[in-house]
Amino acid sequence: MNQDLELSLYVFVLATFLGFEIIRRVSPLLHTPLMSLTNAISAIAVVGSILVAGEQKTTLSTVLGAMAVTCSMINIVGGYLITYRMLRMFRKSGKDRS
Amino acid sequence: MIEQVIPLLYLAAAASFVLALKWLSSVTTARRGVIIGVIGMALAVSGTLLKPEIVSYRWVAAAFVLGTIIGIPMAMMPMTAVPQRTALSHAFGALAAALVGTAEYYLRTPEIDCFTMGALTLEVLLGYLTFTASLMAFGKLQEVLPTRPITYRNQNIINLSLFGLAVAAGVSLVARPESTWLFPLFGAMALLFGVLLIIPIGGADMPTVISLLNSYAGLSAAAMGFVLNNKLLIIAGALDGSSGFILSVIMCRAMNRSFTNVLFGAFGQVQTAAGGRAEERTVRSATPEEAADILRGANLVIVVPGYGMAVAQAQHKVRELYDILTKAHIEVKFAIHPVAGRMPGHMNVLLAEADVPYDKLMEMDMVNSEFPQADVALVIGANDVTNPAARHDRTSPIFGMPILDVDKARTIMVIKRSMNPGFAGIENELYYMDRTLMVFGDAKAVVGSLVKELAGGAIH
Repeated sequence: MNQDLELSLYVFVLATFLGFEIIRRVSPLLHTPLMSLTNAISAIAVVGSILVAGEQKTTLSTVLGAMAVTCSMINIVGGYLITYRMLRMFRKSGKDRS
Repeated sequence: MIEQVIPLLYLAAAASFVLALKWLSSVTTARRGVIIGVIGMALAVSGTLLKPEIVSYRWVAAAFVLGTIIGIPMAMMPMTAVPQRTALSHAFGALAAALVGTAEYYLRTPEIDCFTMGALTLEVLLGYLTFTASLMAFGKLQEVLPTRPITYRNQNIINLSLFGLAVAAGVSLVARPESTWLFPLFGAMALLFGVLLIIPIGGADMPTVISLLNSYAGLSAAAMGFVLNNKLLIIAGALDGSSGFILSVIMCRAMNRSFTNVLFGAFGQVQTAAGGRAEERTVRSATPEEAADILRGANLVIVVPGYGMAVAQAQHKVRELYDILTKAHIEVKFAIHPVAGRMPGHMNVLLAEADVPYDKLMEMDMVNSEFPQADVALVIGANDVTNPAARHDRTSPIFGMPILDVDKARTIMVIKRSMNPGFAGIENELYYMDRTLMVFGDAKAVVGSLVKELAGGAIH
């Protein structure tokens, strides 16, 4: 096992535990926005997609990469916007929507 | 010089994502969470665009524009369509990961080491199966496909052998990455498995399935991080993966079922067997006028919304009812079961959209102690989550499932289209209790006439 991989596995395991701890505290009230926000965050696949599309090594990789960038971008734009839209709807009694 | 900055941008992006989810824990800070999430994504994207490997921006720019054009309408869908929208976005996310994995495979073979190939296989497998599974879930939620579970003989055996074959193909690809003929076959098996996985799943199990697909989409992004040796992808993917996993565990617990039971149980069959013993029993029905009279005399009303409220789009009428009762100094609370609706938190966003204050939306554990003090429990489009059989009837397919203790209220009112048992076909004994009044009709129409009656009554 090389060092890069070892380090990556450490990062993965620690990030998973951190995820468990943070998500456990999210109120059930916000479970739908939570899902749309994590969906937007996992569109981080855009990083890999941009590299594949921008390196232009082969026609196949460029086309697949461009499709992947499109898919990720849909989730970035759609995911953050709808999460924000949903959160704007939540208001406490006696208060107007802000 | 600029190359040394990129890892720092990625690090800042990873930190932003963690903060985004942390701030989502409370309504007061949640919006700040979205903003820091956007900042994180912007940092990650700009860092990537600065990389010297990128020789041309043409395709990337075109894809940005196209993605934005499709993404904006995806964000503007009505709140009732949020479950299917979420399924669709899981499909896009998973497809992106799978496509990148496919491209990387053809770019790198045969000089790909065994660990990288292992991660790539996982990325492609999860990516493609989540893609078709999410499309199927979308079809079922949008009701383009039949929402009932579709079962056939030897279903589990067929599914498991296909999955076994796909895993075997994956393992042999790891051992011999140069067998390029196997790779398309491997991808096709993953795609097919995704379809077969969702066919036997019914509407009521969608909250668990959507959460699980959320987790898979995240994990395939994390696997991409291993392939590209990019820690930001690993962190973001792991956060998404653990979030989806926690949500599916919560959903399973709220239905007292295990993962394997949701995925391989084909819920529908169990109940047809149990539903057979249903006999003719009498129910008390009431008109909206009679129901309004009882509501007028109440001090505490607990509303129990379910998927039926979403289908009838009754949430705005429910808000009007909330307003008119509150004005008459009657306390109104909402009891939200974790699996009410078609995805986690579905009822909360619908009621928030209709402008019901969120401090009136109560979780099951908190609200159950209040039912004995409630004068009226008003059930709008919820069924199985109110069935007392879950507490005491060992033969019931939902025995052991945590329910809302609606039957402990002084009067129970149930708004329902007809006596047809719901999706699962389980008789709900709540409907046959002496203190239960059935108000038959479309949820939106009935709540509308309740509001009208109450408004009329206030005048004289």
